[in-house]
Amino acid sequence: MIPASFEYVEAASADAAIAALTEHGDEAKLLAGGHSLIPLMRFRLATPGVLVDIGRLDDLSYINDGGDHIAIGALTRHRALETSDMLAAEAPLLRHVASQVGDPQVRHRGTLGGSLAHGDPASDLPAALLAMGGSVVAKGPGGERVITADDFFTGFLETALGEDELLTEIRIPKAGGAGWSYQKFNRRAQDWAIVGAAVQLGANPGVALVNMGPAPMRAGGVEAAIASGSSAADAAAVAAAGTEPPVDLNGDEAYRAHLARVLVERGLIEAQT
Amino acid sequence: MEVQVTVNGQSHSADCEPRTLLVHFIREQLGLTGTNIGCDTSSCGACTVHIDGESVKSCTMFAAQARGADITTIEGLAADDGTLHPMQQAFMECHGLQCGYCTPGMVMAATSLLSENPSPTETEVREGLEGNLCRCTGYHNIVKSVLAAAGGES
Repeated sequence: MIPASFEYVEAASADAAIAALTEHGDEAKLLAGGHSLIPLMRFRLATPGVLVDIGRLDDLSYINDGGDHIAIGALTRHRALETSDMLAAEAPLLRHVASQVGDPQVRHRGTLGGSLAHGDPASDLPAALLAMGGSVVAKGPGGERVITADDFFTGFLETALGEDELLTEIRIPKAGGAGWSYQKFNRRAQDWAIVGAAVQLGANPGVALVNMGPAPMRAGGVEAAIASGSSAADAAAVAAAGTEPPVDLNGDEAYRAHLARVLVERGLIEAQT
Repeated sequence: MEVQVTVNGQSHSADCEPRTLLVHFIREQLGLTGTNIGCDTSSCGACTVHIDGESVKSCTMFAAQARGADITTIEGLAADDGTLHPMQQAFMECHGLQCGYCTPGMVMAATSLLSENPSPTETEVREGLEGNLCRCTGYHNIVKSVLAAAGGES
């Protein structure tokens, strides 16, 4: 399985990457760690005419204390997230979720920004971003803008990023010791979640679901139920409300709805203890 | 495009298309066929090599992305006089292989694991090798081999 031919452009800076995107329009795709894009290209589900390689922009790989939030460079690899002391203290849910992505080889190469920009509803990290109330910084020809996680994931493999925009930074509010849990259900260790649930309690409780619809999503009904003091079981009962889970060999809608309820309840209980 | 890499301590330079995957570059351009191609879908880990000391699936990386990198393949583990790397020796002594197809990838993943966690528990070894599949299902002795190489139980 050989990808279709493409023109390879190595970007020497974020601005050079944006200029290349502007020049090539929808023919161009950004290449970071490549662990979502290259498999798609090998199946020829993606056939970009131009690949803009941003993998060497080391200045976009960092985990910094931003005061009330943690600022993470888009090219920070999962391995750096899962071994970060700062994340252990300030954003432990993100650190743990990063350790659940793929396998060690994937985590050595894959990047946080790449995973989020791919917008796959079955991947782990978008759920963490949603549950933690995070946001991302998008840089384009006209400058930077901040997009909240709620506004970022717009559809199946679609995000609010413009075709000439580069995701440069991820901002995660400090968790302040809030209880958290990530529940991932799959049959084989390295697989995508059949269903997953990310939970963070505290002042602004967030509950997000993996693989329960075309885009990564929050479980708004569960969040409202927690806010009104419902028990974990009662809150989890509405976990699948408003979802459109995919149907595949792993399970149908009813099976996934059941999983969502069970995983959210487990997550809420673990986060409370 | 011209791709220059250091593989097993030797500098190599070769011309290839941008779409050339690193595993094909290693096998076909450099002639190092110890790195196997298994699933072709980033699942099985047979193509695992080290890039700057870390395990990577070379089927999920373009050769272009590796330009300038320091790569180690299974051929680079043993000493120049043929003395096996302790991990290779442990796989031999613990019979950590059956058909042998997954073995180069297993050994490369296992050496990367021990460089990050020199004294893993059995659970940590199993989790550390979750990116590598053995279709003979010979995991028991593979885990035993890695623990032996780490100096634990054998």
